[in-house]
Amino acid sequence: MITYLNILIDSPEFLAQLVINGLLVGAIFALIAYGLALIWGVMNIINFAQGEMVIFGGYLTYTLFYQFGIHPILSIPIVTVLLFVFGLLVYKAVIFRLLGEKDIFITILATFGLAILMQQLMQAIFGPDVVTANPELGMMHIFDGKVSISNIQLISFFIAAAVAIALFIIMKYSRMGQAIRATAQNPRAARILGIDIEKVYANTFAINAALCGIGGSLVVMVWTIHPFVGLVYTFRSFMIVILAGLGNFVGIIFAGMGISSLENVTGFVIGAEFQAAVIFCLLVIILVTRSIMARKKRQYIQ
Amino acid sequence: MKNYKFGVMMKSLLLAGLIASPAVIADTIKLGAAVSLSGKYSTAGNHTKKGYDLGVKYVNSMGGVAVNGKTYDLEIVYYDDESTPARGASLAERLILRDKVSFMLGPYSSGLTKAIAPVTEKHGVPMVEANGASRSLFNQGYKYMFAVLSTSEQYLQEAVNQIALKAGKPASEITVALAIENDPFSQDIRAGVLDDVNRHGMKVVIDDKLPRDLSDMTSTLVKVKALKPDLLVVSGHSKGAALSVRQMNDLGVSVNMLAMTHCESAKLHDKEKFGNLADYALCAAQWSPSVSSEGAVFGTAGNYSSIFNDTYGYVPPYQAAESTAAVIVMADAITRANSLDKDAVRDALAATDLSTFYGQIRFSEAGNNIAKPMILRQLIDGKYYVVAPANVAEAELVYPRP
Repeated sequence: MITYLNILIDSPEFLAQLVINGLLVGAIFALIAYGLALIWGVMNIINFAQGEMVIFGGYLTYTLFYQFGIHPILSIPIVTVLLFVFGLLVYKAVIFRLLGEKDIFITILATFGLAILMQQLMQAIFGPDVVTANPELGMMHIFDGKVSISNIQLISFFIAAAVAIALFIIMKYSRMGQAIRATAQNPRAARILGIDIEKVYANTFAINAALCGIGGSLVVMVWTIHPFVGLVYTFRSFMIVILAGLGNFVGIIFAGMGISSLENVTGFVIGAEFQAAVIFCLLVIILVTRSIMARKKRQYIQ
Repeated sequence: MKNYKFGVMMKSLLLAGLIASPAVIADTIKLGAAVSLSGKYSTAGNHTKKGYDLGVKYVNSMGGVAVNGKTYDLEIVYYDDESTPARGASLAERLILRDKVSFMLGPYSSGLTKAIAPVTEKHGVPMVEANGASRSLFNQGYKYMFAVLSTSEQYLQEAVNQIALKAGKPASEITVALAIENDPFSQDIRAGVLDDVNRHGMKVVIDDKLPRDLSDMTSTLVKVKALKPDLLVVSGHSKGAALSVRQMNDLGVSVNMLAMTHCESAKLHDKEKFGNLADYALCAAQWSPSVSSEGAVFGTAGNYSSIFNDTYGYVPPYQAAESTAAVIVMADAITRANSLDKDAVRDALAATDLSTFYGQIRFSEAGNNIAKPMILRQLIDGKYYVVAPANVAEAELVYPRP
């Protein structure tokens, strides 16, 4: 452990490699986490099928690439539309039944069931193999070639950033975006003012699904996927949202990128088997401190 | 008293029933197998089933199994265990009690074998398994389980021997990095590698245990980049194999020798998907169509391979070959026992010493095959070449990895 720490101190290029890599891929996680926060904030539903929707998006990109010859990056708009429609269908089939559910466990159970169903269906449709869609874009060397960045990670970062900006604009200025924000603030008041809440909820869930789809396309280009790896992405986005706080858009971006970088560095120093544990410990510490600070102001954490 | 008599009567009835059990109606011997035809092991499970089917077909076409002057055909009763251990165990129970199979063939994977072995053991039904390699299967004192394959701790030991030969420096200066998944099977592989590393006196510079829900290996691979070990050993099922070659390329990590498991199931040889990313990686394999072993049923390994290819349209992976070998071993043991009695066949199995296309088969007290070595294949341009051990090698190992 000390040896590894010394390496980082003696050769900061490795630290740079770990941090830059974490920042780049963290943007993908931030995107997925934002979707989770969106439906959590607006509809009070914690979606445990988030990761499965990501993997589904990844499989669509993979299929479009190998079956139809569409370049993985160009497949993103198609996957976005497909997942948006998929989101609407899932909303009509399952999610709308959970609205107004006081017991959070019912929503967790329902979405967890959806996750298992999706895992099995993806396995039946796409097979159990590990797949990746390598766009083969080469890599880039910075700092005298000491730090290598694969171009696809860089592009993923910019795609995630572009989507985030687009989302920000939609939320701020479009009618639907304003309606979504109004519903999040106060559903009853929004309904009195003539907003079709049902439609807002359906659209919110579909937007989340589309975000997962984009995330999934990026995941299958950067890493590998198989039908049972979704939970990793669900937990990660859940953690990012907890860390950033609901409704904190900028916080989610920083939390997403920060956690990934930190995870890389702890994995390097302490070992891959502890990296998740360190992140969870950090989460506990942050929550406890935040709760103590809130108590001073006679508030509590929701 | 009355009750006691009734009990005895029932018992003798039951015994009579067992003796005339319908396992041997007509002229077939029923074998039972629960294999993963769906679920996460379904790819390998299907290889297993095809291997069994081909074995049965050829044993039957060569006159079947002769017992007491009478010949029987083999027949397999299959169930799909859905890749779930609990299901596997209950199906084994069902095969033995309801379908009344005489003997069992193993499922796919160590996990499923671990679930089924206690059941076959309880009922005293001999099982020849071909796809459970975990070391922990062979320290339970099982008496009725026999495995034709090499155990997991042998998987990558040959890679350690090769780096000792090729590195061109004293063993004490050779550095080794381990990136091995944190599950019992992969950790068995790690234990085997560590044994050999310590025996040679090499130095382990990285010893990462990859999480089970592996999705990113950046931290481990940057460590490899920093420390430049002579040998990198990766084992984390197919996801570990696929992810490591993908990310090594993305991070610009190169090592002189890369040794892995599960190359075949990760389809690293599929150039459409992985290009040449995995070239010159060393892959552990139980068997390869080019090894120089032969036996009575299929002739040489190459011959088996072409028969399999003609039947199913693809080159047999070792999962299929070892499954076929299990059928051959079972048929051989029944013939030598000259009886369908479970214990007689068990004893015949324990005394097995058979040459097959899959390799020599001879069981230890614990039931694992001690006569066949693991082989190491090098992946070059979408093809695997056997490079070690020396007596079966077909090509010279390319070192360092270009």
